[in-house]
Amino acid sequence: MSLTLFNVLAAVIIIVAFVALNAAYLVWAERRGAGRIQRRPGPNINGPFGLFQPPLDGLKLMAKQLLIPNNTDKAVFITAPVLAMFPAIMSFVTIPFSDILVAHNINIGLLCVFAFASMGGMSLFFAGWSSRNKYAMMAAVRAVSQSVAYEIPMLITVITVVMISGSLDLREIVRQQSGNFLHWNIFPLLGNSHNLLMPFSFLIFFICSLAETNRAPFDLGEAESELVAGYHIEYGSMGFGLFFMGEYANIVVGASLATLLFLGGWACPFGLFPGVWWFLIKVYALIATVIWIRWTFPRTTIYSLLNLSWKVLIPLSLFNLLLTAGLLKVF
Amino acid sequence: MSKPIQLPSDETFVLNVGPQHPATHGVLRIKMRMDGEYVSEAETVIGYIHRMHEKMGELKTYQQFLMNLSRLDYLGALGYCHGHVLVVEKAGGIQVPERAEYIRVITVELNRIASHLFGVGSYIMDLGGFSPLMYMLQDREYILDMLEAVTGARLTYCYYRFGGLYNDIDDTFIARARAFIPRCRESLKKYHKLVTENIIFRKRLEGNAYLSQEICRKYGATSAVARGSGINYDVRKNEPYSVYPEFDFDVPVFTEGDSMARYKVKMAEIEQSLRIIEQGLDKLPGGPIMAEKAPKNIKLPVGDYYQAVEAAKGSFGIRLVSDGSKNPYRLKLRSPSYSNMSLFDEACRGLMIMDAMAFFGSLDLVVPEIDR
Repeated sequence: MSLTLFNVLAAVIIIVAFVALNAAYLVWAERRGAGRIQRRPGPNINGPFGLFQPPLDGLKLMAKQLLIPNNTDKAVFITAPVLAMFPAIMSFVTIPFSDILVAHNINIGLLCVFAFASMGGMSLFFAGWSSRNKYAMMAAVRAVSQSVAYEIPMLITVITVVMISGSLDLREIVRQQSGNFLHWNIFPLLGNSHNLLMPFSFLIFFICSLAETNRAPFDLGEAESELVAGYHIEYGSMGFGLFFMGEYANIVVGASLATLLFLGGWACPFGLFPGVWWFLIKVYALIATVIWIRWTFPRTTIYSLLNLSWKVLIPLSLFNLLLTAGLLKVF
Repeated sequence: MSKPIQLPSDETFVLNVGPQHPATHGVLRIKMRMDGEYVSEAETVIGYIHRMHEKMGELKTYQQFLMNLSRLDYLGALGYCHGHVLVVEKAGGIQVPERAEYIRVITVELNRIASHLFGVGSYIMDLGGFSPLMYMLQDREYILDMLEAVTGARLTYCYYRFGGLYNDIDDTFIARARAFIPRCRESLKKYHKLVTENIIFRKRLEGNAYLSQEICRKYGATSAVARGSGINYDVRKNEPYSVYPEFDFDVPVFTEGDSMARYKVKMAEIEQSLRIIEQGLDKLPGGPIMAEKAPKNIKLPVGDYYQAVEAAKGSFGIRLVSDGSKNPYRLKLRSPSYSNMSLFDEACRGLMIMDAMAFFGSLDLVVPEIDR
């Protein structure tokens, strides 16, 4: 692919628009979904079905003054919200939507996505550290221990998939799962893997991506009943807005990765008309699950969260990795 | 009794929780000395919403003070009003018609359910689960509509009068109350499925903040706090008042002493309140709702009177010293939340802040009642 200026510009605009629109309208979807779950209407005043709510919220946030408290480390304080949004946008450079629809495919795309994704924890830590607020500081420490704990099982699970596919190229990983849903990595029989524990792998990946994006029931960095608002307690205006949108943008990245690695990407469950629509359907179904989980479960504690990772998820994913390696050798 | 744990370092800091904080549900402040995420000391600071209700009681006549009682615990106000009318009736020797007492009990129990639903719901919200609160608020809304129709208010009731009631209940109220009982039982099943059996919820609450019977006795804790620790104390049974002896109900007691036990007591109490309402509606006698010789201007004989009632938050006591004039010489309100809160300082030592907040929520405090 030739990187002409026009191509680069088009890709940048499309990716930024996709991520920003998703982030904005997932807030709307979350609020409508929460309303559905809780038997109340949700936002329904501005526009049809309250569809104008996200842009108006954005306008309101932008109209507010950006307050930087005294004694903060200004450079870090300003960098943190940017860092919350930046990795999500960068991840989409290498995430393919379909066989042809990708901004820039490289053969280590998966590595690239995880390199950017691991910056997410940094943004929370920067925000908490630079705010000079005790609540924010505690949240930052929690966020770091959480992202360290959950990146390990997540990466081990991803290595399992990479071993099955033999490639770090996301397009190649999806191509190997093409056909009907029995070929997907999540289902063990017809695909490349004959590992019956692959559904657990998917579950581990999904749990880890919930924890990585700081979503309920793992939203300990912003547990409002003790840390008020957590790491973004001192942020107002668009600083808060970026954190808020960054959370949803990261959910989109997590759901996209889960779709590509386990659910066959743009392959149709019945082998018909593969294309970008299947990819989007799967991504939004996963996001709906994330929203559903948030409004159903209470929050875990920090120690049970870490216990879950170190005592359950890491041993399980390691076992799964070894099992897959053995099975690949045998078959 | 929880001991202060040996702390690994001296590097502690003070975390000022409140007076404006989502978990304190009002203007309560907790000064916590933290060692990392562990609470090494805590000090509850109250008085941010002190309105001098006791002094107001001494300056106003008995009738004028009626409306103040519903401003203490705004979630379960009728229990407090009940205590006040009972102590004045006891002191003045006013005979209340049986129908009025039955209606008082029915409305108090309805209000208790409303209070518990909100208390449990907001507790679950403290733990991060938002949806159960919304479901519980819908059931509570049903009760508030019902009470609004007879009392004229949704929260700050002024329904009871010395010698009876302000307003009789009608057939609509009875029909709605009868319809509410099966509806609430159904929802309770749903709450148990959604919340009580939830693995995250159980993991957080089981074994969280054990309270021994000694510490409950030491601080005078009542309600779910005491009954969750195995103390079988309920004013309705131990010092019966009103027409409660005529009702068949149990006092739920759990011996675990953890936050889960305190939660379970509240949920079981809702079921018992439903039983009381059911029996009350069945037995409801006819007749007047106001005593015939209820005096217009009350002057109580000289003396010292006390009446305890089981309010939604625990044992509410009202002590009244009369010098024979038209207002009391001294009025002391013993509010249950105050005693329940007092044990927090001692019992939360050594807990992590998440667990300390889960414990704090399980005490089910209402701040205007603490400050009075």
